[in-house]
Amino acid sequence: MSTATLDRPDRAARTYPAYSKPLWRRALLTREFAVIATVVAVIFYSNANVPNFDGPLTMYYLFLDIAPILLIALPMTMIIITGEIDLSVASVMGLSSALIGVLHADAGLSIPVAAAVAIAVGALCGAFNGFLVAYVGLPSLAVTIGTLALYRGIAVGLLGTKAITDFPDTWTDLAKDRIFGDGTSYPMILIPFVVLLAIFVWLLHFSSFGRGVYEIGLNDEAAHFSGVDVERTKLLLFVLAGAVSAFAGLYFTLRFGSARGDNANGLELQVIAAVLLGGVSIFGGRGALHGVIAGVVLIGVISSAMRLEGQTVNVINIVIGALLVFSVIATTLLGWAQSFLARRRAPAPRPGATP
Amino acid sequence: MSDTLLVEPSAVSPTKRVLGELLRSREIAVGGVFVLVVALTTLKSPSFLFSSDGWRDLLLTPSLLLILAVGQTAVIITRNVDLSVGSTLGLTAYFTGKVFSDNPGIPVVAVFALGLLFGAVLGLVNGLLVSIFKVPALVITLGTLYIYRGIFLTWAGSDRINAGDMPQDFLALGTKTILTIPVLTIIGLVVLAAVGYYLYTARGGRELYAIGSDPDAAVLYGLQVNRRIIGAFVLCGALAGLAGVVYAARYGTVSSNAGLGMELQAVGAAVIGGVAIFGGSGTVWGAAIGAFLLVTINRALPVVGISDFWQRAVVGALIIAAVVLDRFFSTRQERRLVAAREEMRKAAR
Repeated sequence: MSTATLDRPDRAARTYPAYSKPLWRRALLTREFAVIATVVAVIFYSNANVPNFDGPLTMYYLFLDIAPILLIALPMTMIIITGEIDLSVASVMGLSSALIGVLHADAGLSIPVAAAVAIAVGALCGAFNGFLVAYVGLPSLAVTIGTLALYRGIAVGLLGTKAITDFPDTWTDLAKDRIFGDGTSYPMILIPFVVLLAIFVWLLHFSSFGRGVYEIGLNDEAAHFSGVDVERTKLLLFVLAGAVSAFAGLYFTLRFGSARGDNANGLELQVIAAVLLGGVSIFGGRGALHGVIAGVVLIGVISSAMRLEGQTVNVINIVIGALLVFSVIATTLLGWAQSFLARRRAPAPRPGATP
Repeated sequence: MSDTLLVEPSAVSPTKRVLGELLRSREIAVGGVFVLVVALTTLKSPSFLFSSDGWRDLLLTPSLLLILAVGQTAVIITRNVDLSVGSTLGLTAYFTGKVFSDNPGIPVVAVFALGLLFGAVLGLVNGLLVSIFKVPALVITLGTLYIYRGIFLTWAGSDRINAGDMPQDFLALGTKTILTIPVLTIIGLVVLAAVGYYLYTARGGRELYAIGSDPDAAVLYGLQVNRRIIGAFVLCGALAGLAGVVYAARYGTVSSNAGLGMELQAVGAAVIGGVAIFGGSGTVWGAAIGAFLLVTINRALPVVGISDFWQRAVVGALIIAAVVLDRFFSTRQERRLVAAREEMRKAAR
């Protein structure tokens, strides 16, 4: 019986590449920081060069406009990190808007009660999505394309071409009031947003549920075997998306004071574009909420600044589309650059290392 | 070496086997639902089918979605999706109107060719981005959806293409019929036959199925994956361009919301027709029947008395039902195959 002797590698040859970089490099050389830096740069540039950008109204209307996208981007981030997608969020917004209108105008319910019903219905819509994706095992792209049409169809079917516009002033004003009084730039909607942001940051980054979300995105079979309840996690995420979309629909209805079946048509693409711009990988398993918030703000600031410069919505859309394409290509380009640099830096193989 | 076969050859005659396979196929099932819908609607209101316009509209209105669905199928089979076809359609429709108004004497065939070429270039951009950078087509085509729609709206500005900008014989194609079948539908059916033949018999077409069912195996096997994927996107873009020209011929006016939302309808038609969203299976015939079914249901709802505001809900419910049904049948098939294999193992022991 012969035992082959193993050569112990020298201590000096051992390296731990992932943690050999100092903290500042690990924190700053990330995609999220790149997006945050871009937002800051664009804001500084616009303050200096775009007329009226530093006026009191700009930030206020910016927040009012991007509020629904900010809200829905929170659960959408978690869904995309698990590798799924939810295209039906804007239709749930429209459905909740139509429901609130119908319940308030025809059934005479007060706004808080109608809102509670709408959010419950939104959660139910999300549960339907989540059940089909997680428990029946259908691909989320196909399911949410179907429910996008289904929920939008129900919303339009409920209202037809009617638009319900008589909402009590107290509520429509609340949607547009500013936090610190007139003249400041922070609308009231930021309060529920900050609360939801705190909840989602805790959920995704500081809880075991959030670790499970990342693991499902990286490899859902491995996650299952390491104890994550994959189906329940996905179901919960879709329910959260439905409930938050319904709340965003409530805000949308009250801000514009009008409930229509086709409210927020096409918003899901803006949410997904913002989330992907914020550094979340479409393949799943990678991403962080601070990058996503920066992504939403970036799209809002660019739209605002270009609008103030007199550009049309169409040019703005071209820019956002190009940004989206560039941001996903950048991941691949970065990968090529890294592997190129790694190959150049690799030491020559030691003589005698291989028999 | 055993001289008994593991699997007995089928005892059923070849004709019966083919017929049985055909009758059990998804395409015939969807076709049956289509016939049912038309029959029920005609019972309610005979002019749906039997009036002078009824038969023509039944065949004419789905021709646009038919062309889009055929192109989308080629892309879905390779495990990708093309969400920019609606914007490509609008951009090409406007381009068609511009070509006609700037060159009054241009022959109609040349405009069709230009539309195909224009759409093919737009599809080429998608294909290059998807295959070279290995980014999911969902994201790339989402971006190009925005970009192409933005280019269209910036180019058009505030003017529209009106019927007066295009020659009469081009617009007449919109309603002309040959032997009671509309010309635009014939164009759609020719496209369907050509793409269906290519996907079924040509090596390039079969390779698309291979790439969709297992991309890693396709690479290991030595297939030119990048080239085939670029080809699929070019085909889809070219057909979206053709659909844009057909749109201009059919409707005469091209406004800024031409083609809005049609990409999801095209995907829906393919899914209903049996094309698996994960690629690797499905036929263009199924997608074509799915397109006919979708559009006919939309047109039949108001006749039957359901307000056509509910039509999107019906479409959504159909898509979900189709995907659930697919899943149910494939799970059942898997279980049957596993049971048959267990039986064979027991018998062999």
